[in-house]
Amino acid sequence: MKHLVLAAGLLGATAAYADTPELIVYTYDSFVSDWGPGPAVEKAFEATCGCDLKLVGAGDGAGLLARVKLEGARSDADVVLGLDTNLTAAAKATGLFADHSVSADYALPFAWEDATFAPYDWGYFAFVHKAGMDAPANFAELAESDLKIVIQDPRSSTPGLGLLMWVKTAYGDKAPEIWDGLADNVLTVTKGWSEAYGLFLEGEADMVLSYTTSPAYHLIAEEDDSKAAAVFDEGHYMHVEVAGKLATSDQPELAEQFLAFMVSDAFQSIIPTTNWMYPAVTPADGLPKGFETLVAPEKSLLLSEDEAAALRDVALDEWLTALSR
Amino acid sequence: MADCAQPLRSRWGLGVAAVVAALILGALAAVVWRAEVGRGLGFADWAAIRFTVMQAVLSAVVSVVLAVPVARALARRRFPGRRFLIALMGAPFILPVIVAILGILAVFGRSGWLSDLLGLFGFEPVQIYGLHGVVLAHVFFNLPLATRLILQGWQEIPAERFRLAAQINADSRAMWQLLEAPMLRQVVPGALAVVFAICLSSFAVALTLGGGPRATTIELAIYQAFRFDFDLGRAAMLSGVQLLLTGGAALVALRVATGEGFGAGLDRPVRRWDGRGSFALVADAICIIGAAVFLLLPLSAIVIAGLPGLVSMGASVWWAAVYSTLIAGVSTLVLLAVALPMAVAVALGRGGLVELSGLLGLAVSPLVIGTGLFILIYPVADPFALALPVTAVVNALMSLPFALRILIPRVREVLARYGRLSLSLDMRGGVFLRRVLLPRLRPQIGFAAGLAAALSMGDLGVIALFADSETATLPLQIYRLMGAYRMEAASGGALLLLCLSMGAFYILDRGGRRHAET
Repeated sequence: MKHLVLAAGLLGATAAYADTPELIVYTYDSFVSDWGPGPAVEKAFEATCGCDLKLVGAGDGAGLLARVKLEGARSDADVVLGLDTNLTAAAKATGLFADHSVSADYALPFAWEDATFAPYDWGYFAFVHKAGMDAPANFAELAESDLKIVIQDPRSSTPGLGLLMWVKTAYGDKAPEIWDGLADNVLTVTKGWSEAYGLFLEGEADMVLSYTTSPAYHLIAEEDDSKAAAVFDEGHYMHVEVAGKLATSDQPELAEQFLAFMVSDAFQSIIPTTNWMYPAVTPADGLPKGFETLVAPEKSLLLSEDEAAALRDVALDEWLTALSR
Repeated sequence: MADCAQPLRSRWGLGVAAVVAALILGALAAVVWRAEVGRGLGFADWAAIRFTVMQAVLSAVVSVVLAVPVARALARRRFPGRRFLIALMGAPFILPVIVAILGILAVFGRSGWLSDLLGLFGFEPVQIYGLHGVVLAHVFFNLPLATRLILQGWQEIPAERFRLAAQINADSRAMWQLLEAPMLRQVVPGALAVVFAICLSSFAVALTLGGGPRATTIELAIYQAFRFDFDLGRAAMLSGVQLLLTGGAALVALRVATGEGFGAGLDRPVRRWDGRGSFALVADAICIIGAAVFLLLPLSAIVIAGLPGLVSMGASVWWAAVYSTLIAGVSTLVLLAVALPMAVAVALGRGGLVELSGLLGLAVSPLVIGTGLFILIYPVADPFALALPVTAVVNALMSLPFALRILIPRVREVLARYGRLSLSLDMRGGVFLRRVLLPRLRPQIGFAAGLAAALSMGDLGVIALFADSETATLPLQIYRLMGAYRMEAASGGALLLLCLSMGAFYILDRGGRRHAET
C-alpha cells in the first residue's frame, strides 16, 4: 500500500515516520529500480538500523553529481552512492563530502586508499559480442576488422567516458590514431548504455561497449550462454563504483553505519545478480554460480582520479576530432 | 479595441499567457542565476547549432511535403477504417524515443525486415545511419502530426464551398486553385514551424541514427553542459539559442501564413465531387497506403516485440502505468485551461506575444525547464513531493503549441461567424462560451486533448529529474527495465504505453467528434 501512502503524501498529507530517523541515499536510476539492488538493500539495512532508508534515483553517475552540485550544502541527501573514479575528483572539489572510516578486505585488483569514498562494486569495460564469433584481441585488430560496434557518447554516459579513458590509458598520445582507425567501425553512438545494448540485442551491431560481467546476466537470469565478452591484450579499464557521505548530513552516524553496511556481506551478496558487477568484497559464499565462466583480463587499467580529471577534456577532444571527420 | 465588439474578452488569455511565459522564462532565468562564469559557446557548439538547424529544416520540409498529398487523399476519400487509420497514425509521435527507434530499426535497420528482403535478392543491407536516418526517423515521428494539422485545414473549408465548386463544374485542378491552395498557404507555414521546433530539440534520435558525434544537436550540447561540465551558464546560453531559433521560425510562419479564410457555412458534412477520375483514385490510394505502410510497419514491430514481455513486467510497471495515466489526465485539464483562453485572445487579434509564449514550451529544452524549476522549488518545497504536479504542468506546456495551432483557426472562424449575432442577442462571456463557442469547438478540443494526453503519457523529459524511486512514469520504468538488461519486459512496457497513449488519444479525439463529420 506504499503507493497509496505516497499518493496521499502528494495531496499534502505528511508522512507518519516522525520517530524513525530517515537516511536519504542518492543513487543512480538502475540501482533503485525493482530489478536493481535497491529493494533488497533497503530491506536488509532497515532490518538492522532502526531507520527508514530512502533511496532516491537521479539519472546516472554524472547526473547524480550534477544533482548534488545543484543542491549544494542544502542537500537533504546523507549519502551519495554511484559515482565512479572518473567523477570523484570533481565530487571532492565541491567540498560537500566528508571522510569516512570504512575499512574492508577489498577484492579489487589494487589497493584502495581513499579517505572520502568507499567502493561497493567494480567491473571491467569490455566489448560484448555473440558467443562463437571470432573476436579481435585488441583495439588495433578491431580497427582493422569490418566489425561494427555501438558505443555510448562520453558527454552523456558513464560507460562512454570509460571507453575514452580506456583508450587513453592504453595508448596515451597514440589514442588519436586508434580512434582514427576505429572511426569506420563505429556504427553509431548512443545517449546511454540502455540504447546501445538494445541496438546490439536487436542485431544492429556485432559488438557493444558494456562490461565483462554482462554475459553473466544472460547466463544466470535467462539461461542463455550466447553472449561473450572479448578480452583485449592491452588490458581493460575498470569501472569502480563508490559511495561517500555528505558533510552536511543531519544523520552522520547513520550515514557512517550505511557505508559500513555497504561493504558487509549482506549488501555485497546482493550486488552480483542485481547490479551485475563484481562485489567490492567477496561474499562469504563466494560469487554466484556462472560468474566463473566470465573472462578475466590479464591487465587492469585505471587512472587515478586526478589523472582522470586532467585527461578528460583532452580525451574528449581527440574523440570528437577523430569521429567528426 | 477589437475586444469591444466581441462577445469574449482577451483579458483571461493575456493573463494566462503571461503566467506561462513567466513560468518558462523564470525557469531559464533561475538557471542563469545559479550559473558561474563558464566558457561560453565554443567551436563545437556552433557546429551543433548548424547541424541542428539543418536536420530540423530538412525534417520539417520532408514531413510537410509528404503530409500534403496524404492529407489531401484522406480529405477526399471515405473508406472503412479511415478514422482508425487517422488515430493510429498519431501513435509514433507519442512513443518514447528509444522505443520508436527500435521499431524503425526493426524495419529499416541493418538486420531489419527491409534488409532481409533485399538480402534475398543479393543486395547489401540498408544503410540507415547518417543524416538520412535522422530525417527518416523525424518523418516517422512528425508526418502523422503534419498530416493531422493539414487535414484539419481541409476539414475547415465549409461544405458549401465544395458544393459551389461542384456546381460550377470545377475539376480537381480548379478545386486546387480555388480552395485548396489558399487553404494550404494558411496552414502549411504553421505546420512547418511546429515540426521544425520539435526537431530542433531532438537529441537521442539525431545522435543514435546520425551515427556519431557529427550529429551533435543543441540539446546534446545542453546535456553536456549540465552533466559533463556542470556549466549552467553555457546550458542557459544554448537554451537561449534554441529559443531564438524557435521564436524566429514562429514569427516567419505567422508572417507567411496569410489569406482570408473561407467564411461561414452551416456545419454540414462535407461532400466532395472532385477527384473521381481513376488517376486521382490511384494517386490517393498510393498516398494513403504508402503512409500507412511506412507508419504501421515499425508500429507492428513494436507490437510483435512487446507481446511476449507483457506477462513478465511486474507490478511496478503497472503502477507506473497508473501514474502515467493520472499525470496525463491532470496534464490534459491544465492544457485546456491554458490553451482555450489563449486561443481566444489570439483570435481576438492579440496574436504575436500570446502565440509566442505558447511556443516557449517547445522552445526551451526540457532539461533546462526541469533544472530551472528544481532550482526554484527546492528552497520552498520538497521536489519529490511535487514530482507529479510539476510533470503534469510541464507536459501541458509542451503540448500547448500544438493545441494552439489546432484551436486558433476554429475559434477565429466561430468568432467571425457568430460574434455579431451573439452580441446583438446580448450573449456574452460564459453564455457565449457554453452556447456557441465550446459546442462548435468540440472536435478541436478533442483533438488537442487527445494529443496532450498522449504526449504526456509518452514524455520522459522532466520526471527523470524529479522522480524518486517509487513514483516513476511508464516511460521512465521502460528505461529502467532496459537499464537492468530486461529488454523483453521493456518491450512489453512499450506496447502497454502504445496502447494507453493510443487509447487516450482515440477516446478524447473520438469524444470530440461525436455527431461530427468523420
